[in-house]
Amino acid sequence: MVAQLTSSERQYCAITLILMVIVGVAMAALGKSDPLGVHGVIVIVYSGVLLYLVLSAFYGPEPQEDRQASYYDDPIKVGIALSMVWAVFGMFMGVWVASQLAWPNLAFDAAWSTFGRLRPTHTTGVIFGFGGNALIATSFHVVQRTSRARLAGQISPWFVLFGFNLFCLLAVSGYLIGVTQSKEYAEAEWYADLWLVIVWVAYFILYIRTLARRKEPHIYVANWYYLAFILVVAVLHIVNNLAIPVSWGHAKSYTIWAGVQDAMVQWWYGHNAVAFFLTSGFLGMLYYYLPVRAGRPIFSYRLSILSFWGITFFYIWVGSHHLHYTALPHWVQNLGMTFSVMLLVPSWASAGNALLTLNGAWHKVRDDATLRFMFVAAVFYGLATFEGSFLAIRPVNSLSHYTDWTIGHVHAGALGWVALITFGSIYTLVPALWKRPAMYSATLVEVHFWLALAGTLIYVFAMWNSGIIQGLMWRTYTEDGTLTYSFVDTLVAMYPYYIARAFGGLLFLLGAIVACYNIWMTARGAPAVAVVGDGPAQSDAAPAPAE
Amino acid sequence: MDVSHDTLVALAKSWGLFYLIAFAVAVVIYAYRPANRARFNAAKKDILEQDDRPWR
Repeated sequence: MVAQLTSSERQYCAITLILMVIVGVAMAALGKSDPLGVHGVIVIVYSGVLLYLVLSAFYGPEPQEDRQASYYDDPIKVGIALSMVWAVFGMFMGVWVASQLAWPNLAFDAAWSTFGRLRPTHTTGVIFGFGGNALIATSFHVVQRTSRARLAGQISPWFVLFGFNLFCLLAVSGYLIGVTQSKEYAEAEWYADLWLVIVWVAYFILYIRTLARRKEPHIYVANWYYLAFILVVAVLHIVNNLAIPVSWGHAKSYTIWAGVQDAMVQWWYGHNAVAFFLTSGFLGMLYYYLPVRAGRPIFSYRLSILSFWGITFFYIWVGSHHLHYTALPHWVQNLGMTFSVMLLVPSWASAGNALLTLNGAWHKVRDDATLRFMFVAAVFYGLATFEGSFLAIRPVNSLSHYTDWTIGHVHAGALGWVALITFGSIYTLVPALWKRPAMYSATLVEVHFWLALAGTLIYVFAMWNSGIIQGLMWRTYTEDGTLTYSFVDTLVAMYPYYIARAFGGLLFLLGAIVACYNIWMTARGAPAVAVVGDGPAQSDAAPAPAE
Repeated sequence: MDVSHDTLVALAKSWGLFYLIAFAVAVVIYAYRPANRARFNAAKKDILEQDDRPWR
């Protein structure tokens, strides 16, 4: 890592990290026994460890080769590793909270391990930790390859990567000690939010500067999706997190938005987190890694442009569908509902474009589990976007809202689409990054695929059943006009589905652990069997060298 | 500056509609302009090239 930097770059790294340690000391001093003080200590330790890594290699030999002659892959490798660590953590927390719903004693009667504190560690862990790191890593890869230019910076990719992970760490550790803004997918408090703004602006500048260096005249469409992700997430994050801290020494803050405006801003953010964090960037992956893996150009480039602008301009208006039957003005609800239904057109255009790209390469989909990950991801993308448009229709929403159907919908998207396209991309990317002919074991990719697919299907079907039963029980009336079922009756009805859901999640987690092992062995240099073309390794019996 | 609710609704229902239509027309023209055909075809094929070095 440090070996690739010149001595002046190492000095800049050290100065940045020393400044971060000073900020950590200030936080600890101002915060004292407040959670802010705890986070100050975390910032000191985090920056201190990185500073140690820089200083221990500080006087090593400088890079001799011409760095501009090769792509900058080190930050991508570290990003993939961090992404997989967060995947296992976030999915484990998901299995844990799912199990708590079936067996409440698993909270162990402690404050930090209650459902309310653990659940955001799951959502932040998988969305930002796993998804965010995967997006940063793949975006660094795609922008370099499609621009035929090296990243426009030696230090800033590291700053973006480690800065983003510091944000994730502050967020997750905060939830466990009771720090939260109580905003869905934006629970981290003001100081972590401010830090993320700095990191994100650095990310945006790095991406734009790299594009400006490009040798390819046209900016490939995948970059448009990544850029929409970076730009819009910055806007969403800033507007939704505008807040006044109680004091400089306090972790707690209060949002500047009041009442129904707060709800609208939150769900404008919340749904666009789905749109621009969980869709746009992952479509960037789809438009690069799927054609590359299939060895075929995208079916229609024009369609990809039309669906890009459709997705970008429709998504931004749909957030209000989260607030049907509330104090939000009726016309704003209608606006969200209408745009949600319209959104199906560009969404299905993207899904169809992906599937038609595979038309003619179905034998590869059959034989290559990596390509099958991406194929199934495109199918789930089509399914989840149809379901999303459907659930946004107000009368449908009256049945589905507040039930497990919503959870099922989110996971059809998060597991079936986001995670599967990520794994497909990672399995394409990892051998290329570490200069191996293929993954260490094609069989383990296959095992992962079936674990992930089985886990997703069990999860989603359990939640569909549970959610619809729940919704129907809530609206069943007796002849006297009173509710037929008490709330506890609905819980009893959902019990078997909660167990099934936890089991589905467990299968998905096991798949991610298998992936970690496979990636580790590939990176460690197990002699993979030479394979020509895109197919999976024909033999995976090659043992790893003993180390 | 104080924008009333009615002003906002009026803006959304008039300007909001027209700018989206205008934008959609612009995007369709860009995507289907014959002059862009060669550029798009090159872009979608170029990513499949396997040379793994930046161009100088």
